[in-house]
Amino acid sequence: MAGVTASALNTEGRPAPSTANGPGPAGARGGVLAGLSRIRWGRGTVLLVAGLYFLVPIGTTLWFTVDNSPQGFSLDAYRQIFTVPGLWPALQLSLLLAAGTIVLVYLLLIPAVVAVRLGSPRLRTVVELTCTLPLVVPTIALTAGISDVLRWCNDNLAPTPFYATFLDAQNANFPVVLLLAYVVMALPLAFRTLDAGMRALDVRTLLEAAQNNGASRGRAIVTVILPNLRAAMLNTAFITLALVLGEFTVASILGYVPFAVWIVNGNSAGQGPVTVAVSIVSLLLTWLLLLVLSIGSERRGRAQAQH
Amino acid sequence: MSTAPLSATPARRRPQRAAAGRFAVVPLLLFVAVAFGVPALAMAYGAFTTYNPGKPSQYTMGNLTASLHGGYLDALLGSVKLSALSALISVVAGLLVAQAVVTSRFAFLRKAVLSASGVLANFGGVPLAFAFMATLGNAGMLTTELHLDQHGWSLYSFNGLTLVYLYFLIPLMVLSVIPSLDGLRRQWREAAQNNGATGWQYWRHVALPVLTPSLLGGFVLLFGSAFAAYATAAAMVGATVPLITLQIATALSGNVDPNATNIALAMSLDMVVIATLVMVIYIPLQRRSARWLV
Repeated sequence: MAGVTASALNTEGRPAPSTANGPGPAGARGGVLAGLSRIRWGRGTVLLVAGLYFLVPIGTTLWFTVDNSPQGFSLDAYRQIFTVPGLWPALQLSLLLAAGTIVLVYLLLIPAVVAVRLGSPRLRTVVELTCTLPLVVPTIALTAGISDVLRWCNDNLAPTPFYATFLDAQNANFPVVLLLAYVVMALPLAFRTLDAGMRALDVRTLLEAAQNNGASRGRAIVTVILPNLRAAMLNTAFITLALVLGEFTVASILGYVPFAVWIVNGNSAGQGPVTVAVSIVSLLLTWLLLLVLSIGSERRGRAQAQH
Repeated sequence: MSTAPLSATPARRRPQRAAAGRFAVVPLLLFVAVAFGVPALAMAYGAFTTYNPGKPSQYTMGNLTASLHGGYLDALLGSVKLSALSALISVVAGLLVAQAVVTSRFAFLRKAVLSASGVLANFGGVPLAFAFMATLGNAGMLTTELHLDQHGWSLYSFNGLTLVYLYFLIPLMVLSVIPSLDGLRRQWREAAQNNGATGWQYWRHVALPVLTPSLLGGFVLLFGSAFAAYATAAAMVGATVPLITLQIATALSGNVDPNATNIALAMSLDMVVIATLVMVIYIPLQRRSARWLV
């Protein structure tokens, strides 16, 4: 899912062309006001309808969380966020998994992306295909495959010394099984984001310059390439965080209780308002983080352009 | 996706450097082989075999046959229908919204819409399901205020689910089409205007033909995304629309019939076949649009 979002997020960094061609052609033909108002009607309608469609559900959800029918307005749902049982362990598990996923994605993809940039076109095809493969297998199909593998291991590994490892991989405090699945799910998007970030750099020249100054290749990558890749790495981290925090399919079917599963379970267990409050807060917080990130990355880009 | 110009220049690498470069890819390939390849192969194998604890498994076509009959077939067709319809609507709506955002003078609007789209498209379906239940569910605010239930409205129907799916598909379309819209050159529009074309003629003869591959690519992407969606429908307790993902989840967690898992694996294989067909259409389209929109 969400295979192309990376490239779109990267366009945030470049100055919006909208400012350039906003009033341009229409204004040039004279009758500025007439031209503008004709265009803006259509655009305004589209934005209004879209705004209503996207904001009304969020608004009514917020209303639902603060409207306590008989008494009226109350912030109880938000106060309970800090006391409701099970939320913090679930959130902790999700954040831990997110951190693990991000680290593993970096470790696997950054060397690969550098190699792809320096290597032959065939290497690029192989890596691109490898990272696109998970898109063809829907998450639920991957889950079905994983549960089949787990069943096989359970049936066949019991007498062997591998059984302890197998059980460790399913430890509810840190399920390695989930970590592996999440990394697979994050790969397509992470590869596109990092690859697009790398494309903006002249990797070969940077590396050769560093190596001519006596740095080893590994050191050159860590001290020269990675700092230049910061924006793409941050984007990858945030999208992966959003993916892991919201992930429900794999975890719920394999029987783990991270954040999203806790929300759904709690909701059906009658803790309605709290779980809805938690879910809407998490959504808005993630959005704010991404917005701050995109404004920050544009500032940095502008600052660099001035130097 | 254009190939990087650097890789086209004749490389003057020493052999060991090239080898070192290739080694950097090995961990990634190994990881995908284990974490993705093993479950995928297990799924394909399980789809064609029986499962009896303690006995060796046997080859059978029974699972696949079962997965394409009765309620399972209804679910598969329901998923395809829902995905196709919601993707179609989202392509049109997403294009309109993206065009409105791209041509807007407010840089902040662009940032807000892009980041919000990134969250909605990636965050998954749980908050989404809650938001719609609070708004348009049986006791939802709009439902009760506007007495929508008296007009036959139900969120848990096919139409209701379509409306919910648009909430993450339109943002996905906005994200995927904005780079293409940015790629439409201003000169093309000016050239069309200088030749006396109206706005409609410009869109009909210049912009849309250039955009067509990315619109089709977007449709395929959205279809795949809607087809694979599970959390939204699962979190909307009481939804009665048959979906293949719900059926697989039920069969996997049922524990009643040990062979149900293998039917779930067969249904997963059906999904993979459909998703693969969709991707096979997607890749060449992506290449074609890249030719114009560099």
